Amino acid sequence: MPSLRLLNVTKRFGALKALDDVSFEVKDREYLCVLGSTGSGKTTLLRSIAGILRPDEGDIVLDGERVNSVSAEERNAVYVPQTYALFPHMTVLDNVMFGPLAKETDRRIAEEAAIRVLRLVRLDKRGDAYPHELSGGMQQRVALARGLASGAKLLLLDEPLGALDVRLRLELRTELRKLAKESGFTVIHVTHDQEEAMTIGDRILVLRKGKLQQLGTPYHVYNRPEKIFVASFVGSTTFLEAIVESRSKEGSKLRLREGLKVRVIDSSFEPEEAVIVSVREKNISITPEPRGDEHNRLSGDVTEVHFLGSFIRYVVKLTNGDEIAARVPIKMVKTEINQGDWVSISFDPMNTHVYEYPTLGLQGELEAS
Amino acid sequence: MANKFLGSVMATFDKLSSRPIVKKLVYTLAVFFLVSFILIPPVLGITFKLGLAEQVFSNPELVNRSESAIFWSFAIAFSVATLDLIAGLPIAWIIVEGRSRWINIIDALADIPFVIPTVALGFSTLLFWGNSGPVSLLGVIVPPGLLLVLLLHFAFSFPVIVRVMVGELMAHNTIYETAAKTLGARAFTIARTVTLPLLRPGLIAAFLLAFARSLSETGATVIVAGLFENGPVFIKNAKDAGLEGPMVLVSFTLIISSVAVFALIRLLGNKLKIPLNRAYPGPEAGLSSKRSVNFRNSVTLLVFGLFVVLPSIYITFPAFGALSDGTLQKAISGAGVWSSFWQAMTLSYVIAVLVTLINIATGLPIAILIARKRLGKLATTLLDALVNVPIVVPSVALGVSLSLFWRTLNFLPEFWILVFAHMTITYTYFVQAMAAAIEGIPEEMEETARTLGSRPLHVFRKIILPLAKYSFLSGAILVFTRSVDETGAATAVSQSMKTAPVLLVSWVKHQVPVTDSDVALGIAFLVLTSFASLLVLRLIVYRRKK
Repeated sequence: MPSLRLLNVTKRFGALKALDDVSFEVKDREYLCVLGSTGSGKTTLLRSIAGILRPDEGDIVLDGERVNSVSAEERNAVYVPQTYALFPHMTVLDNVMFGPLAKETDRRIAEEAAIRVLRLVRLDKRGDAYPHELSGGMQQRVALARGLASGAKLLLLDEPLGALDVRLRLELRTELRKLAKESGFTVIHVTHDQEEAMTIGDRILVLRKGKLQQLGTPYHVYNRPEKIFVASFVGSTTFLEAIVESRSKEGSKLRLREGLKVRVIDSSFEPEEAVIVSVREKNISITPEPRGDEHNRLSGDVTEVHFLGSFIRYVVKLTNGDEIAARVPIKMVKTEINQGDWVSISFDPMNTHVYEYPTLGLQGELEAS
Repeated sequence: MANKFLGSVMATFDKLSSRPIVKKLVYTLAVFFLVSFILIPPVLGITFKLGLAEQVFSNPELVNRSESAIFWSFAIAFSVATLDLIAGLPIAWIIVEGRSRWINIIDALADIPFVIPTVALGFSTLLFWGNSGPVSLLGVIVPPGLLLVLLLHFAFSFPVIVRVMVGELMAHNTIYETAAKTLGARAFTIARTVTLPLLRPGLIAAFLLAFARSLSETGATVIVAGLFENGPVFIKNAKDAGLEGPMVLVSFTLIISSVAVFALIRLLGNKLKIPLNRAYPGPEAGLSSKRSVNFRNSVTLLVFGLFVVLPSIYITFPAFGALSDGTLQKAISGAGVWSSFWQAMTLSYVIAVLVTLINIATGLPIAILIARKRLGKLATTLLDALVNVPIVVPSVALGVSLSLFWRTLNFLPEFWILVFAHMTITYTYFVQAMAAAIEGIPEEMEETARTLGSRPLHVFRKIILPLAKYSFLSGAILVFTRSVDETGAATAVSQSMKTAPVLLVSWVKHQVPVTDSDVALGIAFLVLTSFASLLVLRLIVYRRKK
């Protein structure tokens, strides 16, 4: 059964390191989502696992066997590119039969297998159609069926839902996971959509500039982001630069610019150390007037108001010039707040994370590539 | 049963293709073939005999003749390519943009000088502009010489421009023109400032191809040249007169200078910046008006009809005469000169079949290497340039060099020297057609197929070949027809064996006792068989498609 391990894999294109010392393990039948922005090395990672690219350093181990020099056709890891790469001159059925036939399966058996998976993706009635006659969603399902029928157990999906419209994307993503789970596949699914990764991945791997940032369950990655980049990429987060003023068992007291003070739960940093404090936008509350009992109360001018359907997002410029954003569910909005209003904002120390001040500064750390 | 056997053989080959050593071997052999059969012979052959060129320098008259021949070769090629671009671009525009049903006919007519063997084209041009031709009724007679050579070259280089530019215009995304239109620009301004600059690579390619075709053509030029000499005609005359020194000198100079000129145009062409950005709303609005467009189209079509189509198809009239005056019976019975004609035809077609097969087998791996940049960027650019050498260099000069090279191997029969010469001349066409087609197939398609368990040869058979089959076929057709048609190199190489075009040139020049009816019919046979073989190939493809 396919388990996959990458050990210190590095892949260079000229001077650029597309993958930089990446190590991780995928368990049998696991659904792993690789999350990263354009140029983060996601596709290079998939293509290296598929055997299309050969890593410059490190090992790729499939089922306990080092496969660095095993060719793509013998690796049993199906790559499904974002364009699906359906063969335009073959019917849907021929496309799905391609894998078994390439492996010299008897034609009759290949056809049976193909019809079976086409039934699974509910396209058994379109076997005679050509790819260009199908909608985007159907094409995506054919590409999947082709992978399923090939006999491989490791599926490498490169932005499989990227070319579809939003509604279809939402519909297909649960279906995708269900199908993989039912058929006992191990899947690596590459995406830049954090919500997609959260909903379908057993675990999420975050990649930035070819480097692994964090690997964990969606809950873990969302609630315990280990790096500033992960915190910003997964979920909407506000960051503030600060200096540790004092610390105790209960937490630390931080000094923002212009002497503003906030409390955080973290107590691992020494006094006078420069740090970054992060708060999820949804954990920040905003009121027209201070109530008096809030933690970490700050005030400022509302500079932007964005209506996001079920949420309203407010950007507030604090008295010290720092900007902080709050995301309030629409049903919690009791009084109307407009641009230019003077407001009070607050957040619970429990909901904060503190990071070491990055060498490249906050902005440098937030850049995706 | 047979199918099963074939299947298992294929499966074995598929498996072999997965082995890195087999892959390396196939590519290495193809590169070895390219270097040792296509590139080295023309270079070495001529350098062996460069010493002979010294004879020329002691003879001022020969020096003059050589110099002027080379000068005129380039002068004609340059002016013809320029004129063709000016006349051909509007036709291409009409073909792509036109809505009329007549467009298809214009499209087909534009190809005529391409599919008619050049020897036939030469003879047709000679008759059309000659003293018993149709334009002589208007008092216009163009005797053999420089002007007739220009008219001929204009006609046969024309389809090259039209073909390339039609392809470019069809592939061109008109979104830029739409944007320009909504910004208030007139049609003529848009064409000048948006479309043409975007099509520059295509224009350069078209110009170069027309230039090369003019530089290289021998068979037809010899027929219409009279006493005038350009490079190829000079070489042919020198060969007929047994003057090896001048032949070597002019061939060498033509080879070197054509490679140099091509490299120069390629390099400078892409850097060429014409200050095209200014708009002249007043005059350009006038030029965009319906009246000017109609006027321009009429002039374009008139030039096309009078200078390209009519001179090319005029040959059919005397050929019809030959049907009733007994020449046909003589030809079919193979009496007199006709026995050598049928031998020459057989030879031409046997060579063409062989050359096509060899070039497909050896050219395919090179096409893949180029299209997929398997050797890296620099080596691919170099390989691409090397593959182009045979069509850049005038074929007669190439033939001289090839003949000198292969004759040093005394044991080699003349037949094989002819095959090798035709192989070199036509090598580029198949490689280029396939490289372009493979480049158009997303590499992801191949990669995905391989991760599905398909081995390299299987991927090629099931994915690449079916998707590129039209280019495969058109590449093969080009090789085949160019081989049947080839005159320059065949003239240079031929000693006792004569291919059909070489024989027909000697007929037209009356080096053999033949009547005008004989010549017309002989040429008609060459044209007909050429058409017939194209038709057969097409039918095969259409049958496969079903």
